[in-house]
Amino acid sequence: MSAQAREEFAPRVVPPPKPSRARELLQNPWGRTRFLWVFAIAYVIWTLFPVANAVLFSFNKARSLAQWQGFSLRWYVTDPDNSVLHDPALGHAILQSLKLATLTACIAVPIGVAFALALHRWRTRTARTANFTMMFSFVTPELILAVSLFLLLINAFKTIGLGTTAQLIGLVVLALAYPVVIVRARLLSLGSSYEEAALDLGASPVRMLGRVTLPLLGPSILASGAVVFALTLDDFVIVDQLSRDAGDQTVSMAIYGAARTGPTPAANAIGTIMLTASTIIIAIAFVVYRRTVRRREGIEAMRGLPA
Amino acid sequence: MSSETALPLKRRTPRSTAERGALYPRWFWPSFAVPGSVYLLLFFLFPFYVVLAVTFGTVDPILRQPVPAWNPLHWNASILTFTFSNITHSDGLYQAPLVHTFAFVAGATVICLLIGYPFAYFLARKSGRFKGLFLVLFFAPFWISYMLRMLSWQSLLLDNGYVNRILMSLGILSHPYGWLDGKPVTVIIGLAYGYVPFMVLPLYASLDRIHPSFLEAGRDLGCSPLRTFLRVTLPLSRQAILAGLVICSLPMFGDYFTQQLLADTSNTRMIGNAIVEQLVVPIFVSRAAALILVLIVLLLVPILYYLRSTNRAAEQGIA
Repeated sequence: MSAQAREEFAPRVVPPPKPSRARELLQNPWGRTRFLWVFAIAYVIWTLFPVANAVLFSFNKARSLAQWQGFSLRWYVTDPDNSVLHDPALGHAILQSLKLATLTACIAVPIGVAFALALHRWRTRTARTANFTMMFSFVTPELILAVSLFLLLINAFKTIGLGTTAQLIGLVVLALAYPVVIVRARLLSLGSSYEEAALDLGASPVRMLGRVTLPLLGPSILASGAVVFALTLDDFVIVDQLSRDAGDQTVSMAIYGAARTGPTPAANAIGTIMLTASTIIIAIAFVVYRRTVRRREGIEAMRGLPA
Repeated sequence: MSSETALPLKRRTPRSTAERGALYPRWFWPSFAVPGSVYLLLFFLFPFYVVLAVTFGTVDPILRQPVPAWNPLHWNASILTFTFSNITHSDGLYQAPLVHTFAFVAGATVICLLIGYPFAYFLARKSGRFKGLFLVLFFAPFWISYMLRMLSWQSLLLDNGYVNRILMSLGILSHPYGWLDGKPVTVIIGLAYGYVPFMVLPLYASLDRIHPSFLEAGRDLGCSPLRTFLRVTLPLSRQAILAGLVICSLPMFGDYFTQQLLADTSNTRMIGNAIVEQLVVPIFVSRAAALILVLIVLLLVPILYYLRSTNRAAEQGIA
């Protein structure tokens, strides 16, 4: 008997009537993941398309930010007046941003790591107050931090005044809580057994810190440094409010100024340069972190960020 | 902390207090918190007192600049009275910016929740083997300059920009819509765009932590998936929704640049704009201080709520 004939004699199985698409969707809107996939891809496009657009137009041949006229490096190197290479204000802004971000990371990370170490062991009322203040600074809107520091520096600490030092002070306030949160999450997941072992073997507390605790915390200290660097590199409100003159202008201030007056693709070009710099920093930190810390803990540390 | 084997060894180190059962001198760990605490005291808490001193101070009529009143006994409420009368009167300087701020922040926060929840749900449950990729793409805006993204929106929303061109080629618009001509809707979408990652973060953390066995239990007890979502997932993520609403809306209250880049007209001015504009005129600095004080007081309740709920969550996490 041929296969076709066998099929003819086989009893016909009537499939149960399929529920209509709309009914199915109503009964089970989350069961079908297709909607969520489309939604998620649309979300990613929505958040990242403007970035791609900005990067693309930094290579525009013409002055326009809306009409694509062809590829050129005019706004990076060749334009004699307005390119990043030849406009001294833009070059200075890049240096100022890098300087502030590096100094902030160098100050905020050690203070934050020490704070996290203290809060991990020290559980008194004073410690809780200190922790509360730290978290309070973390969620206070940046404008409030900036304006209150502005008032502090023009009324009380007049010797400091506005300028690069003021910007640095403000950025450290903004960034201080990040290393605390990241390093505390790592301390919690490490537990105390390594340190107890070190003490059992006769290490003094200082030696234990240097030989056991800090090496174990290495990846998360590096990660928090990268987060602080990337955060402060693009900060706007604090550096804008605490600047004194054009010499304190950072990249975000330069882009903002350009956007308000009449932007050329040179603004996109410095933005693209900074984007590349912070992406490289974050990528290096991420790879080093992943190599040293198990994957799961990496996700835990990222979770720690908003809290 | 004290283990039997540690005690005899610890006796050899001179500074130890092993006899009392502690492994470290009592001041050892607290001393690590000193730099951070001093820094916060000087540059975070003390500035709040300066805000009070300037608000309740006076303005020098000759130098035309604020004179802070450091002694609370000399506090003078005239600047604060001026501020309040400009908030309560319908043609006051600050009423319109405050109303705009609350309306824009409310609208943008609701949009953030409507967009952020499904995306966080997707990240936590449905992204499967692409989870890492989607997490990286999700985190990207955190290290990409906000200004660069807003500059890009500015050009996308121009009359001849891509948004109008796409909407016109789809037949939705017949002629370009003036997105940048001071439209509140542009500011609301811009704010939602800027701050939606802050909404996704706590939602993702909470949804990712819900154990699948809870959902299986719901299904085993006869709930439909929708009912499981409404009765299990949604209640378990309620705390995260509230935390997300707070953490997403707080920075919007201090946002003045989004409005300036995407609209910049008097009918879209926000409270941040009023503050920043007065800060650059020395004689008006104390008015800016009074507005900051009002803003702090308004935001104190959501901030304290957020801190309490995350603190409780952290304690539960440790226990």
